[in-house]
Amino acid sequence: MLAGLFFYLFAAVLVASAFMVIAARNPVHSVLFLILAFVNASGLFVLMGAEFLAMILVVVYVGAVAVLFLFVVMMLDVDFVELRQGFLQYLPVGVLIGLVVLAELFMVIGAWTIGGAAPKTITAPIPGGITNAEALGQVLYTKYVYFFQLSGLVLLVAMIGAIVLTLSHKAGVKRQDPGAQAARTPETAIAVVKVKTGEGV
Amino acid sequence: MNEFWTFIWPLLLIAIQSLALMLGLLVFVAFILLADRKIWAAVQLRRGPNVVGPFGLLQSFADLLKFVFKEPVVPSGANKGVFLLAPFVSVLLALAAWAVIPIADGWAVADLNVGILFIFAVSSLGVYGVIMGGWASNSKYPFLGALRSAAQMVSYEVSIGFVIICVLLCVGSLNLSAIVKAQDKGIGLFGWFWLPLFPVFVIFFISALAETNRPPFDLPEAESELVAGFMVEYSSTPYMMFMLAEYVAIMTMCALTVILFLGGWLPPFPFAPFTWVPGVIWFVLKVSLVFFMFAMVKAFVPRYRYDQLMRLGWKVFLPISLVMVVVVASVLQLTGWAP
Repeated sequence: MLAGLFFYLFAAVLVASAFMVIAARNPVHSVLFLILAFVNASGLFVLMGAEFLAMILVVVYVGAVAVLFLFVVMMLDVDFVELRQGFLQYLPVGVLIGLVVLAELFMVIGAWTIGGAAPKTITAPIPGGITNAEALGQVLYTKYVYFFQLSGLVLLVAMIGAIVLTLSHKAGVKRQDPGAQAARTPETAIAVVKVKTGEGV
Repeated sequence: MNEFWTFIWPLLLIAIQSLALMLGLLVFVAFILLADRKIWAAVQLRRGPNVVGPFGLLQSFADLLKFVFKEPVVPSGANKGVFLLAPFVSVLLALAAWAVIPIADGWAVADLNVGILFIFAVSSLGVYGVIMGGWASNSKYPFLGALRSAAQMVSYEVSIGFVIICVLLCVGSLNLSAIVKAQDKGIGLFGWFWLPLFPVFVIFFISALAETNRPPFDLPEAESELVAGFMVEYSSTPYMMFMLAEYVAIMTMCALTVILFLGGWLPPFPFAPFTWVPGVIWFVLKVSLVFFMFAMVKAFVPRYRYDQLMRLGWKVFLPISLVMVVVVASVLQLTGWAP
């Protein structure tokens, strides 16, 4: 009963904020509504008993990804009135994508109710008496260990790619060398000079 | 009547517990704020606040009244909604983390299975209050302060994450109470994790300073360059809420240090006179000790330069903590100590 109440609360706020993401005029507001949507989705995960997934959703998407979104949106100087003028032009494509997603949703729900196989596989992974994180770890590091390592490798390649693209050592630019800075002594840094009056150094 | 006990009473109970915790926390923060100023003053051979009440004990409450009765000024170019929302978000998130912190055996509002992840998630959200405040002010210095703060908090969270993984490897649970209980080895303070995991403890302490924007890492509000950082345009109650959020976040980090490394509510010596003292008193004493260390660092370490701060986070702490995760994991695996 209480869980049901909270489900409708989270779901209503989630849908409303997801709508506001595309409806808000100010792009920063859009990102803030997106964050609200993420947090509510993690609330729904908690209600389903997937608390580990819920917390990871907040840590990764809200704590890291959305911060970068917010950075980009704040820094960009885009004329949004101009951007909005093409809205109707993209409407047919948007409607088409919406319909495809809707059809897929119907298929998922159909498989759930008609086939009867889906709920069994969904409730299977967590045996009784084990916490969420433990159950995930037991599957992830045994059965799916190669896929897990592979996805880590994909992320590593992406990370190295980003560094390679942005890292550039230009010749004429002065760089900080903390080692050299720390190794400075009065002997290397200061010279005592006797200055004659009227002549300067 | 049955409905009351099954549906309303649990909610009411949680509300009462949260309220009690929050009241205690806010009073504690008021005195911690005073202690911060007093310690800082003592190091500089000043008296510090000493006018309101005996030894200035009521100074924080006088400040509270002052802030509340002043006029909140909203800059004309500001994005009003976000501007006023930012301090609320800050305070809410800072207080929310305390819901899972066990201040004594079983004394937590919610004893979550993923308690440490919850704190990590909530503290990673803390950056939003700062960014929203800086952006909504529609002014240069607040925006620069907000950008600095966001970059700083995101970078130090990475090393804090790895430090937490080191501790979790030794415990085998994400539950905060389980982390404290794992340190109860019958040899008092020598069984707590600060001794076997000393390098990680140091990294965690310094990262906690950076994460909460405390000096020497208070670049987001460096007075000499950015006036007051993201808080420049804030006045009266909204400003006070930012201050409150900052100090509650500092308390959270102190409490987390105590839980992860200093044995939570456990007494330092496992025999008679020490075991009579209730756990909550030990917890408060330890939090105060860690805060004393925070305050001393503020008093005698000069502020970092921004590039040095970033270098320390990414080039020093991240590799060391990453290696420590591997070292701790291999030691636990090879010696068979893994839980």
